[in-house]
Amino acid sequence: MSHWLIYRTFWDLTVSGIVLGLIYALVALGYTMVYGVLRLINFAHSEIFMVGTFGVLISLTKVFGISLFDDGQYPYRSGFVLVAILVCSIIAAMVVSGAGAIVLERTAYRPLRGAGDAYGAVVLAFLTGLIASFLFSDHIMTNLAIAAVITGPVSFGYVRIFRRGRQAPRLAFLISAIGSSMAMAEAVATWGPEQRSVYTTPRVLEKKVLFNFLGADVRIDYVIVAIGAILMMTSLLLFVNRTRLGRGIRAVAQDAETARILGVNVNSVILVTFLLGGAMAGGAAMMFTLVYDQTRFNIGFLLGVKSFTAAVLGGIGNIKGALLGGIVLGLAENYGSSIFGGQWKDVIAFVVLLTVLMFRPTGILGESLGKARV
Amino acid sequence: MSEVLLSVDQVTMQFGGVTALDNVSLHINKGEILGLIGPNGAGKTTCFNVITGVYAPTSGTVTFDDKSLLGLKRFQITKRGIARTFQNIRLFPDMSAVENVMVGVDAHSKTSVVGAILGIPRSRREETESRERAHELLKFIGIDEYAEVAARNLPYGHQRRLEIARALGTNPKLLCLDEPAAGFNPAEKQELNELILKIRDQGYTVLLIEHDMNVVMKISDRIAVLDFGRKIAEGLPHEIRDNPDVIAAYLGVPDDAA
Repeated sequence: MSHWLIYRTFWDLTVSGIVLGLIYALVALGYTMVYGVLRLINFAHSEIFMVGTFGVLISLTKVFGISLFDDGQYPYRSGFVLVAILVCSIIAAMVVSGAGAIVLERTAYRPLRGAGDAYGAVVLAFLTGLIASFLFSDHIMTNLAIAAVITGPVSFGYVRIFRRGRQAPRLAFLISAIGSSMAMAEAVATWGPEQRSVYTTPRVLEKKVLFNFLGADVRIDYVIVAIGAILMMTSLLLFVNRTRLGRGIRAVAQDAETARILGVNVNSVILVTFLLGGAMAGGAAMMFTLVYDQTRFNIGFLLGVKSFTAAVLGGIGNIKGALLGGIVLGLAENYGSSIFGGQWKDVIAFVVLLTVLMFRPTGILGESLGKARV
Repeated sequence: MSEVLLSVDQVTMQFGGVTALDNVSLHINKGEILGLIGPNGAGKTTCFNVITGVYAPTSGTVTFDDKSLLGLKRFQITKRGIARTFQNIRLFPDMSAVENVMVGVDAHSKTSVVGAILGIPRSRREETESRERAHELLKFIGIDEYAEVAARNLPYGHQRRLEIARALGTNPKLLCLDEPAAGFNPAEKQELNELILKIRDQGYTVLLIEHDMNVVMKISDRIAVLDFGRKIAEGLPHEIRDNPDVIAAYLGVPDDAA
């Protein structure tokens, strides 16, 4: 094994480890915030990230018309166009992921809390119809038509069921999370043009080395990820600490029942939490495709597990903990894989988690969304 | 008589086979302090929970401001104008005092979710207004110098006062206090009495549940007495003090009432 490698490439590993860590951190925020308000591990969050990478792919290839494998021919003529492309693709990813997170909360979780509403009923009914339609036809348009017809009466039935307002047991949420995660990934694998193989996302910029940091090459995409991630996290912290909805989120995280009595609309606070977590995952998705130039139907799985690890490592429910946990994990993985070899990467990540939890069961910074302060 | 703000009509509340409230009717007039007393397990807190929407009564109606409260969600009841404090303090421990009050003040904010995320001017203005209002309330309650202290680090008495300020933040017509004097020494009780009277004089209506007879007798305009889920008496403080049923049920020894 190449033990000497770490000495020569230490700063290289540090730079790429921090970049990876920032992406983990952005995804970890979604786990941590939802845990804070609902005490629920949202295992479908990894698929919210995955959906975001496809948002980037579609916006780049279909909306901007940037073709794949266009080596040497970068699609911009001026820095202004490049910035516009970057901004638009990150917005596309955030919108797709945010919308995905909202649909997820409305259909998979809210009905279980005994607060299901008409929107959730309609979407659920449509999905039910879609699945039922495969009994009769394999043609996608026919399936959609059958689903649309079924939606009306079935959603009426769902509304009736929702009105009973029964609260499901805690484990039901977990099953619902795992189920919707699989459903989303498999849907992309089934209907996506490349099915289960890798999609290459177009490179929008030449990855030039901008400057040297102690002998490590700092590439332009690394700088973009660092600036973007820090901007997003700062604005999230400001939002949580300085606005009415942010105060609502902290109030619900500390004592949901009291918050409700004080007039906080808990369901809309939960919705905003999912929206913010989804948007952060969307931002992470855009940065991921920028650095790694690829996506896949199950791209979210391992990254999701790692990000969840990062959230637990830093202290679940703790916004700053997500940042710290992400960076620690990204660095540990990079250093570790250069010492022990790349195939040990994931082992190292979880050994770090177990070691930290042995000594600090609530994570490095401890639990609590309520305590989040600038 | 003055205008009725809240009326509870023939409310029965059963939990399984246990009848916690049995055909209870009472009303609260605008601008008065109604004391609700009774021995342990008499149904005071249940009555309180029916009014504040925690429980839906088995039968009977609750009318507030001429509209029924039944079937409303809890945050809607708060918006209608009923606020409460808790017997065991339930502040948001990791938020500062002023933020605790702001959570209450926010109940009446009008900015939509989208507006708040985009930071439109109205949401900024509401933010400033809500902070100012919270400071005003802290001053009124007398703990404004602790505005930036985390609620968990406040002294016990201040925590109780902060709960009242937070409840007032929701701009209620009716303020329900659940044993606000619990754990207070006589001097603190005296201050609390003054505070509650001051709140009444500001135009709020107060429903007071309290064990301490000194507090209840001194400041209540009227008193209702519950025992075993039934209302056994209602009237002015001196009438209650001399009511033999009440003495038998609750006070035990007549001298205690003084």
